[in-house]
Amino acid sequence: MDIAKHWRQRATRYRMQGQRHRETGEIRFPARPSALCEDPAVWEPYILSGRGEIYSFTVLRQSADGFVDLTPYPLAMVRLNEGPLVVAQLTDCEEAELSIGQPVEMVTRRLKDTGEDGVLVYGYKFRPVLS
Amino acid sequence: MKPVYIVGAHATSVAEHYEFSLADLALEALRGAFKMVTPALEPERIGAIYVANAFGEALVGQANLGAALASAAGLSGIDALRVEAAGASGGLALRQAAMAVICGTYDLVAVLGAEKVTDKLEDRMEAAQMLSIDSDTEADIGATLTSQWALLMRRYMHEYGYEAADFAPFPINAHSNGKHNREALYRFSITAEKYLKAPQIASPLNMLDCSSLGDGAAVVLVASERLARELTSPRVRIGGSGLSTDTAALYQRRDPLLLNAARQSAATAMQQAGVVHADIDVLEFTDPHSIAAALALEASRFVDRGAAPRHAADGGITVSGATPIATAGGYKARGDVGGANGVYQLVELVRQLQGNAGAAQVPNARVAFAQCLGGVGSTAISHILLAE
Repeated sequence: MDIAKHWRQRATRYRMQGQRHRETGEIRFPARPSALCEDPAVWEPYILSGRGEIYSFTVLRQSADGFVDLTPYPLAMVRLNEGPLVVAQLTDCEEAELSIGQPVEMVTRRLKDTGEDGVLVYGYKFRPVLS
Repeated sequence: MKPVYIVGAHATSVAEHYEFSLADLALEALRGAFKMVTPALEPERIGAIYVANAFGEALVGQANLGAALASAAGLSGIDALRVEAAGASGGLALRQAAMAVICGTYDLVAVLGAEKVTDKLEDRMEAAQMLSIDSDTEADIGATLTSQWALLMRRYMHEYGYEAADFAPFPINAHSNGKHNREALYRFSITAEKYLKAPQIASPLNMLDCSSLGDGAAVVLVASERLARELTSPRVRIGGSGLSTDTAALYQRRDPLLLNAARQSAATAMQQAGVVHADIDVLEFTDPHSIAAALALEASRFVDRGAAPRHAADGGITVSGATPIATAGGYKARGDVGGANGVYQLVELVRQLQGNAGAAQVPNARVAFAQCLGGVGSTAISHILLAE
């Protein structure tokens, strides 16, 4: 069922909430614990713009449990405008029109169906920026 | 590194072994390894069994594999445990065994890589392999282990100006060597033409650039100097061992095309052994895809960054090249044996160092390099093996 596991990700998945370093201003995504050598409070919550460009992409024609109905689907590493890389599915696009460097924006979509007794997992995907 | 030896090595064929269980395969590999030792050693001489396995829970429904496989071997009561670092489990088991022998805890440890995958269908196998990448932010959003390598391949092509076809020499070399290996899953050659026509799996990775999982088990017997000197059969010395880690999530790396853990573990192993790149005669890498072999060759500083496909096209990775790889077929032709891959690598390198590698023998091989990766290089373990 994994309900708590997915619920715990709500800020990451629905708002693209990451973290900003209070001293250096560095932004990272997703949120994670401060390192052993850091002040535990040095990273503060920060909501990213959800915009970036394609760093690399692939189209999966063989996938795993939970994603078989979606297959084939495109997946990308996106360089977010704030600096971090993220991996996410692409949506609302054709494989032939994808390219490295293409501007993309975050949208909320269904990610995964965990089965009859489970949860529908929603989260971020990216689509080409609508001009 | 203090002296520690491999005194026996054996692997089962990699195949869809529907008729055999994990324990059946483990026993075949153990028997084979003991047969190499003269004078014969009593199995009671084994101090411990270190099981290398990545998918026991996910694909066999069995954990607690130290006890399960030790008792299957009739050795209940001895020290037995399982180590797991996804695809790097085999190298990790060797490293832990060597350290335990050097400490004087045991005179003989059986490193047993064993994997049983074909009881489940493809989507479950893919899901098992996804356990090695980040669960919350990679696997849960639909990334697979294969897709991560595909993303790296596309970026590599973009940065260094290659086409997918430029990677063909890697699987061609793997199959050309693997067809001579009786234990290989795929014993046939492939051509550049076939590579170009192969259907896409995770673009730009196609079917002839993706390994297939298979069942199998492999064993190396790790012995102290004292025990090794009792034996008249040939041995190989473990000269150096390095382990390093990187982020589980690929996107968290500053430079995703540099496998940092591979770089660090290779440097440590070579420094311990007192060898330099030019000394190394034969190599084994985690090579389920060409891009994995290319990035590992570059990270380990055998070729410059961006140069691996050209190096392969110039024959550099063949048996007669400067860095022969996949001499038993690599992951692509021998078959991908999950957590047992690292032990299969050792079995092949022992053959090479003892001159028993048949048609894929690297002439006069004296120094060998083994590197296995867990995930996309999140764990990297490198070893140097030396002919005695």
